[in-house]
Amino acid sequence: MSTVAEKILARVSGNKKVMPNEIVMARVDVAMSHENADVVLRSFREIGVKQVWDKDRIVILFDHRIPAESEKSAITHKRLREFVKEQGIKHFYDLREGICHQILPEFGHCRPGELLVGTDSHTTTHGAFGTFATGIGATEMSGVWATGELWLKIPETIEVTLCGTLKQYVSAKDVILHIVGTLGADGANYKAVEFTGETIGRMSIASRMVLSNLSMEMGAKVAFVVPDDETVSYVKARTSKEFKVIGPDPDAHYCKEISIDVTDLGSQVACPHSVDNVKLVREVAGTRIHQALIGSCTNGRLEDLSTAAAILQGKTIHPDVRLLIIPASRKIYLEAIKHGFIETFINAGALILNPGCGPCLGAHQGLLAPGEVCIATTNRNFKGRMGSAESFVYLASPATVAFSALTGAITEPG
Amino acid sequence: MTKNTRFSRSVTRDRIVGKVYKFGNNINTDVIYPGKYLSITTDNQEMARHCFETVYPDFLTTAQPGDIIVAGKNFGCGSSREQAAACLKYFGISLILAESFARIFFRNAINLGLPVLIVPNITQHVVHNDTLEINFKSGIIKNMKNGEELQAVKLPPFILGIISAGGLIPYLKNRCAGHE
Ligand code: SF4
Repeated sequence: MSTVAEKILARVSGNKKVMPNEIVMARVDVAMSHENADVVLRSFREIGVKQVWDKDRIVILFDHRIPAESEKSAITHKRLREFVKEQGIKHFYDLREGICHQILPEFGHCRPGELLVGTDSHTTTHGAFGTFATGIGATEMSGVWATGELWLKIPETIEVTLCGTLKQYVSAKDVILHIVGTLGADGANYKAVEFTGETIGRMSIASRMVLSNLSMEMGAKVAFVVPDDETVSYVKARTSKEFKVIGPDPDAHYCKEISIDVTDLGSQVACPHSVDNVKLVREVAGTRIHQALIGSCTNGRLEDLSTAAAILQGKTIHPDVRLLIIPASRKIYLEAIKHGFIETFINAGALILNPGCGPCLGAHQGLLAPGEVCIATTNRNFKGRMGSAESFVYLASPATVAFSALTGAITEPG
Repeated sequence: MTKNTRFSRSVTRDRIVGKVYKFGNNINTDVIYPGKYLSITTDNQEMARHCFETVYPDFLTTAQPGDIIVAGKNFGCGSSREQAAACLKYFGISLILAESFARIFFRNAINLGLPVLIVPNITQHVVHNDTLEINFKSGIIKNMKNGEELQAVKLPPFILGIISAGGLIPYLKNRCAGHE
């Protein structure tokens, strides 16, 4: 009778069964914060508890402003390093590891059937492991640090079934941009999404994470890919903790069911200044670009770098373009070096940045001037997101970004 | 946090009486609290002076502390700014009754101790300037003008606890100090 969201929230709230719109008190399995742990810390001190509820369930890491781009960030980092020591927080990843939404799965913190909360809206990414993963505010997180609990409303669930085989150069990014464009920026507000279907079965873990990551941009509270054997072996290789895969009941109730055949899907692009302003790449082909970016928690993984390297191999990017490459983690960076991708990028004229968020949030490392255009594999193109409020950000797949970097204009892959 | 004694007293008595200030559907957080004031985060009275300022400037001159906001669907949609809930709380709004709320606004309101209730179809039963009497615990709403009664979706006891404590931080302060 129940969806994945309902079953996991019943488990973590100690109920047999829960219904949509019910509010429950839930026990948190993993609580993640990046640099905004500093805001959490302020409220935590205000509550007046001396010790966090469980030092082994809190994850703190630095990825948004690394290395520190200002004295203010340096002080934030310093204060948090001291807090981590003071509390004995075990899972702390200083600026050498990479982006939170890659580090959590890489280090075995995403386990099927668990409740994971993070002070970052794209925490939905971890639904790709069958984890109930959602973003929360800093004030709420201080409550979690103090008590290990928070209240959650049971969401209704939308089921998205994908069938068919993707064409060459069309990827999970194109699929989810198409879905966000169709359902709209609030198409899944407050809802859970369950991705299913034969196409997903053939997708890599990295591609499934792209679906869950961008589901945030249609308001989803959580976005599951039900774990299969591949998920289970990925997770088992990274954690010794026991976990239980939770799938939907065959007669689960969905508030909406959507089926998409991806066979004829073309490359997609989200145009300025909203993620649901989605068009076919060919409709905006020829738009001049100044910057191209491959990276972020959406598309900075090995398969993304591999796609881009294959396209850029032996070629040189357009002289008017800055191409920035940001591996999502140190491990991915090392793998990319081993495979020769990094050498290919450097030869092509790209700049390799340290694993982290880079300019995605507009803090540093490659901001845009008024009138400039960037095509990026990231997940947000709001006005001013990556620098000037008069700049323009287009969101696309790694293949589209790589081809566009070569020609200096938005280009249909192929 | 409980500076506004008017509504904190009402909530602990479980009974709220107030005049209705009515809005339609999809009132977003930019409308409630304009982006240009986002840098104000700690001056509560200053925040309260900008509620609805750009789009519904009348609000600031005609609404009164103690008023009840009644709205249609998706109240508080858009950006997740906590100030949208905070400015209404500090203005003295005693309660928001809406047909539905956007997810993050609803959470922010409760965690800041601003009473909110979901009331199906309320915009069809209540007009601007009506006076309502609400039993916050039972969720029963009485229109003092015509005696009509409506039922809000009930909130579980711990949510009521957070709201009546004045928000999550004071609630946890009490709880962690062993008062609850
Ligand atoms: S890469 Fe961008 S979207 Fe992802 S966590 Fe960092 S800032 Fe947020």
